Amino acid sequence: MTTFDGVSPVTRRLVLCGAGSVALAGLSVAAFHTPAALAAANDKYPEDAFKQKDGKEAIKLLYGRAAEPSDKIKLDAPEIAENGAVVPISVSTSLPDVTSIAFVVPENPNVLAAYYKIPQGTMPSIANRLKMAKTSTVIVLVESGGKLFSATKEVKVTVGGCGG
Amino acid sequence: MASSIRVRATASGETTEVQTLIQHPMDSGFIKDDKGEFIPAHYIRELTFEHNGKAVFTADWGTAVSKDPYVKFAFKGAAKGDELKVSWIDNKGETDTATFKIQ
Repeated sequence: MTTFDGVSPVTRRLVLCGAGSVALAGLSVAAFHTPAALAAANDKYPEDAFKQKDGKEAIKLLYGRAAEPSDKIKLDAPEIAENGAVVPISVSTSLPDVTSIAFVVPENPNVLAAYYKIPQGTMPSIANRLKMAKTSTVIVLVESGGKLFSATKEVKVTVGGCGG
Repeated sequence: MASSIRVRATASGETTEVQTLIQHPMDSGFIKDDKGEFIPAHYIRELTFEHNGKAVFTADWGTAVSKDPYVKFAFKGAAKGDELKVSWIDNKGETDTATFKIQ
């Protein structure tokens, strides 16, 4: 951390931050790599979260924290899905200041299914259709007022929707 | 080519409800074809809705969204006759955009 070549991201960060010391550069890099900062810092497609095979890890990568259950989230999904390729799932919530909603299916090969950003003025209510490989709990995550809440429902799948 | 995007946006009072249907294979990469070879992943990654140049809804999708995806949401602040711009981009860089009148 004592020398910087012209193209290193550290140098760019240093310039961007306007920080003059090596110590400060080190700090800013460290902060940048925490999941929370990653989630908050950009609107980019959360590539790494979508590759996750583990539900908890995906939630951590996406939001940088664990969710607490909330009874103010209404998750609608069928108890039995005959066709795992098309499972209608919808969610609405009375939680205030919702900024994002995400759907996680822990038994799928890639657990994160969809992540929706909810700007101010858009209702925290979404309906979509997801694939489910097999019977699984569906987790919906709602980011509300800077906190993370979740609701779950088990969906029994008769014919899986991910092949194999 | 006809647009891959179909939207019904209906304003009622200050709320506009938007239903969207997109034609796309949404291949997950986990399914094999007749010869037993995996069909490569081909799925929409980002879908955005803009009203008056402002994003009113953004979807980041993975491979678990069903083929020919459907999504429904609602937002405030639009009136009948306003335009809603919808665009998507998939993991191969293919993209489509269409504009719809709010009814």
